[in-house]
Amino acid sequence: MVRGWARWLIIGVPLLWLFCFFLLPFLIVFKISFAEALIAVPPYSALFEMVDGVPRLKFDFYNYQFLFGDRLYAFAYLNSLKIAFVATLLCLLIGYPLAWAIAHAAPQNRGLWLTLIVLPSWTSFLIRVYAWIGILKSNGLINNLLLATGIIDAPLRLLRTDLAVYIGIVYTYLPFMVLPLYANIVKLDRSLVEAAQDLGAKPLTVLRSVIVPLTLTGIVTGCMLVFIPAVGEFIIPELLGGPDTLMIGKVLWQEFFNNRDWPIAASVAVLMMLLLIVPIAVFYRNQSRELEIGS
Amino acid sequence: MSARMRGLVLAAALVFLYLPMLLLIIYSFNESRLVTVWSGWSVKWYGELLRDQQMIGAIWMSLRIAFLAATAALVLGVLAGVALTRVGAFRGKALLGTMITAPLVIPEVITGLSLLLLFVALGQLIGWPAQRGMLTIWIAHVTFCTAYVTLIVAGRLSEFDHSIEEAAMDLGATPLRTFFQVTLPVISPALIAAWLLAFTLSLDDLVIASFVTGPGASTLPIVVFSSVRLGVSPKINALATILIVVVMAGVLTSLWLMRRYRRRQQLI
Repeated sequence: MVRGWARWLIIGVPLLWLFCFFLLPFLIVFKISFAEALIAVPPYSALFEMVDGVPRLKFDFYNYQFLFGDRLYAFAYLNSLKIAFVATLLCLLIGYPLAWAIAHAAPQNRGLWLTLIVLPSWTSFLIRVYAWIGILKSNGLINNLLLATGIIDAPLRLLRTDLAVYIGIVYTYLPFMVLPLYANIVKLDRSLVEAAQDLGAKPLTVLRSVIVPLTLTGIVTGCMLVFIPAVGEFIIPELLGGPDTLMIGKVLWQEFFNNRDWPIAASVAVLMMLLLIVPIAVFYRNQSRELEIGS
Repeated sequence: MSARMRGLVLAAALVFLYLPMLLLIIYSFNESRLVTVWSGWSVKWYGELLRDQQMIGAIWMSLRIAFLAATAALVLGVLAGVALTRVGAFRGKALLGTMITAPLVIPEVITGLSLLLLFVALGQLIGWPAQRGMLTIWIAHVTFCTAYVTLIVAGRLSEFDHSIEEAAMDLGATPLRTFFQVTLPVISPALIAAWLLAFTLSLDDLVIASFVTGPGASTLPIVVFSSVRLGVSPKINALATILIVVVMAGVLTSLWLMRRYRRRQQLI
């Protein structure tokens, strides 16, 4: 066991770094979400107000009133949840059979298959989203193929639709679904599945009452790793989505970069965090349960 | 699932994952300016790319930031990994554990905005950082890369037989010497993997860097994004091809090295 100053160094340095550059920034976002937007440098009212020479925190609920008063923001939040939910479901429906197939491949090949699934994630996220523009646009690959074979007469509108956003999310987030699923399926005791089958359970019953419960932690981890970042996704709706594909990450970006309204952007961020607290809590509880089972 | 069905699923997944990238590579050799109209093989877009000063400058800046961020994140991540698995209970352990996993699940737009607001508030309060640029991007990248490094290191340390370290210390080695001569060599493949992951994550980041950057500091994703927003361009296809080839070659080489390393350890 390490003792004395070395122990404090080992614990203190990362703790201090994360406190300064992770926790503290969150507190500042929270504070600035109650500030007023100004045309100044920086473009918000001061964090403290001097009252009789004593600094005092000032809270102004104007930004939140504005966000709740404007339908656009409520719609963006709900739409982000919807898109993230559907995309997560698609990832699960595609990822589960895939993880199952890898977990049941010959043991010496499983590593190779996993590598092949994860390898694209090591290249650029931006480039992989960009790749779909060329495939989906009106004179892109799919439309050209369909036109050439005579299936359609006029190009379909594929790019700048919600469909394109779903494709983008599934394409880029699929490995995050497959990895935790694989880790659980590979540990699944196959004799339990066989026992259920021998006792006459139908395939769907086996799936529902044996396979899903036994791989539930993997399902939850995978779903959270897709759902949570997808809610705040910016690049995919910006490049593949249409003008009506409102997502909250895009709204935050526009408030910050286009409207230069930092306090509103901060309150959008605070509300996004509030929205994600439940899924994040589920993720953490699930993680600790996984660790307990693992040890 | 039957063996044929499994084969079908795996094949379909590979086509889905690799076809879009393969198309990018093929069209990067297209002579036409119109990306989707084929007019013959050519490498002229690679030439155009190499002559693009802004792009080359951005690549250089991104590589420097990624190298420095991955290295710092490795040091911080090893410290945090050791703190979480090797020093027993301490105050703030739960907090450290939570903060470490958080970047995995917190949307990038929030991380980016919060760091920018911190830098602005600090600049006002203590005059540092005086302006945003490479340094602020580096700090942001170190912070989120540390999370990934720690997860890999802590995972490796927790499955690693602690009795070997205890044996070394019983034989009179100091904890520091034990760490450098026993622990570090054993976990070194995990460290290489963690450094590479941190390097690619830093190289790839667009959202966080866009928030915390300042005038004159444009990383590669920022330049690519501003070009891609305007539509497909053959020059970006050429860049994508180089990126894909370099990454694939790098990952496959390191996998091969690791496999060889493991086989050698098994022989001993």
